[in-house]
Amino acid sequence: MNTQLILDPAAGNGRKTQRRVIVCAGTGCVANGAYKVIAAFTDQIAAAGISVTTEFQAEQSQHDLRLNKSGCQGFCQMGPLVTILPDEILYNKVKVEDVAEIVRETLVGGQVVDRLLYVDPATKKHCQGINDIPFYQRQQRFVLKECGTIDPESIQEYLHQGGYAAARKSILKMSQEEIVQEITKSGLRGRGGGGFPTGRKWEAARTQKSVKKYVICNADEGDPGAFMNRSVMEGNPHSVLEGLMIAARAIGADETLIYVRTEYPLAVTRMKRAVQDAQKMGFLGDQVFGSSQSLNCEVMEGAGAFVCGEETAMIASIEGQRGMPRPKPPFPAQSGLWGKPTIINNVETLAHVVRVINQGADTFRKLGSTASPGTKTFALTGHVANTGLIEVPFGTTLREVVLNIGGGITDRRGKVKANGFKAVQIGGPSGGCLTQEHLDLPLDYDSLRSVGAMVGSGGLVAMNEKTCMVSIARFFMDFTQRESCGKCVLCREGTRQLLVMLDDIIEGRATGETLVLMEKLALAVQKGSLCGLGKTAPNPVLSTLRYFRAEYDAHVFHKHCPTGQCKALAKPSIDPAKCKGCMACGKKCPVGAISGERKQPHVIDQVKCIVCGVCADTCKLEAVVGV
Amino acid sequence: MRAQLKPDGNGRKFVKVFTILEKHGRKSSRLVPILQAVQEEYRYLPKEVLTYVATALDISPARVYGVATFYSHFAIEPKGKHLVRLCDGTACHVKDSVPILDAIRKRLKLEGKKVTTDDMLFTVETVACLGACGLAPVVVVDDQVHGAMTPASSVKLVEEIIAQEQS
Repeated sequence: MNTQLILDPAAGNGRKTQRRVIVCAGTGCVANGAYKVIAAFTDQIAAAGISVTTEFQAEQSQHDLRLNKSGCQGFCQMGPLVTILPDEILYNKVKVEDVAEIVRETLVGGQVVDRLLYVDPATKKHCQGINDIPFYQRQQRFVLKECGTIDPESIQEYLHQGGYAAARKSILKMSQEEIVQEITKSGLRGRGGGGFPTGRKWEAARTQKSVKKYVICNADEGDPGAFMNRSVMEGNPHSVLEGLMIAARAIGADETLIYVRTEYPLAVTRMKRAVQDAQKMGFLGDQVFGSSQSLNCEVMEGAGAFVCGEETAMIASIEGQRGMPRPKPPFPAQSGLWGKPTIINNVETLAHVVRVINQGADTFRKLGSTASPGTKTFALTGHVANTGLIEVPFGTTLREVVLNIGGGITDRRGKVKANGFKAVQIGGPSGGCLTQEHLDLPLDYDSLRSVGAMVGSGGLVAMNEKTCMVSIARFFMDFTQRESCGKCVLCREGTRQLLVMLDDIIEGRATGETLVLMEKLALAVQKGSLCGLGKTAPNPVLSTLRYFRAEYDAHVFHKHCPTGQCKALAKPSIDPAKCKGCMACGKKCPVGAISGERKQPHVIDQVKCIVCGVCADTCKLEAVVGV
Repeated sequence: MRAQLKPDGNGRKFVKVFTILEKHGRKSSRLVPILQAVQEEYRYLPKEVLTYVATALDISPARVYGVATFYSHFAIEPKGKHLVRLCDGTACHVKDSVPILDAIRKRLKLEGKKVTTDDMLFTVETVACLGACGLAPVVVVDDQVHGAMTPASSVKLVEEIIAQEQS
């Protein structure tokens, strides 16, 4: 038993500050070469004769420097990221070649290497660290706070941050009722999509009279364009496990399970490691924290079915069946895994639970709105300058998130364009689109629902004016029709027919009737499907129809795609007023469809043209139109 | 070394499967993890192994086949030596992932529904989202993530592997 290692999160640790070099090892930075950067640091630090450790040490360290990798620090666009503490320096886009300079200037000389700092494109200011960079400044990070600093594979370090204090408190000092009351009071709502009050879910399971109960952590983050849960599991896996332990205590369960998406191999490894380490410390197993309670946890990998994110489908999958949902009621809280009361909570919800128990419901409620308290993580992607992982209080406006934190909308070459904003797709395949008119809409469960969108798990995909909304609707419909489990006829056949209709529109075969029929069928699919997948599958279609009707009309009635993205309808031509006759496009054209003399406007041969768009990408003057 | 299925193999070829089944206590509730372990071993789910698993777990082959075909992670056809996975999540999609897929497939002469090359060197798949949206568009080759790809850079990636294989 090592419970004496658990610290009071409020108390300081009072030891001398050790300098730290933290290299982000999230999926994004690893792809950009973070491991090579770590290796270079190891070599260069040794060469400089600095005494270094990679391990977290609870006692005063005899080493001057600690080098460790962390989970996702969030600013994925600028990776690999290197944070230096306590100097609060954040170097971005660090390459192996830069490491020697960082060691020499910063670690030895105490100077900042200016050229590796983030430059704010708006003010041209060199920003030293996360306190200066607008991307971080405008966020309030709680769930993600430790993600970028602690070593996710060190339980010791998690403990040192006050980890497992909440779990121990709930198991040793709080009654089941007290825990549930605190969670209910906090107003915490499920972060996985629906926004169901967590306290109510727990209460329903707690009051069930059953010896056997289960808690499942839903880590089957399947929404394309969302990676919040992956980052939390990779960056701070113990916080998820601790939340899971509190949930188990609250409802009286002794078995827990983490169902992780198989596409996230690193998250699987880190969660498994966290569970093993917690077992070794006596936080899991028999007599947890020295109490009479036993608590076990298993990590299970999904097998690539989006529908398994739905509670009852997930249960079927765990039971070794095809992941098909079943009707509710009975709700899993009454009869779930193996017919026993079961609660299923999202990764982020569980991470928030830890904070509610540690700091109390009132502190938690201080941020966010009355009906949606607390903060929410979002994955900000698409055509924005700063893609990455963010956390803001509920009620923050879309403008703040996309234009300020995101740094504005970019064009196809990645440059920020002042008036480029077209739409944001929120909530993935179940969600909807938000447009210019929603820029000042507060992001929370209820206001999003009122405009036909939803928070979903938190994927925010920004789109510039060159994005065809009909194609986006088709993209999501293609996804949902593939992922439909096939149980409900309207979902299985309806989504397929909707896809066929969208293809007709995109390829120029649709008539006015198609639009009428499509809307009718979309509403029917909503009504005639059992689970969330089918009920929300038509949302992208309905939402784009609602806000971008003119674009559908242009495709259907004028056989014209306003953005030029739909190949079958595109008629690329060269604007003679803009073309300077540089011949660049003609050289790139794979089929030789572009002709014209030097310094004379060029012409595209419509018969030869295969509408590949290379000419438009090549032309710096934007003279190629309609593709 | 991964186990190889010999076409004329005797009972020995099921030794690995046997170990996997034992590890999971021959419980039918463990069907998904069992199939995952089998696929890890053979790189796909050979039909005869599915039948063997069904018999060992005392469930119908139809149920095993049903589960194996329900989840996209399971493959009932052999995969190529190198697995190229193109992310077609929303973020990658809006940043033009489709032309990348077209370019790779064209380079590898994959047409229609074919996903594996005749020489069994490559399998090309799309996945819904790999969660590396910050780097969109993303191509993953044998678990190595490559970000901010273009049709040209992905073809180059494939060509490098071909060159390596030939040398």
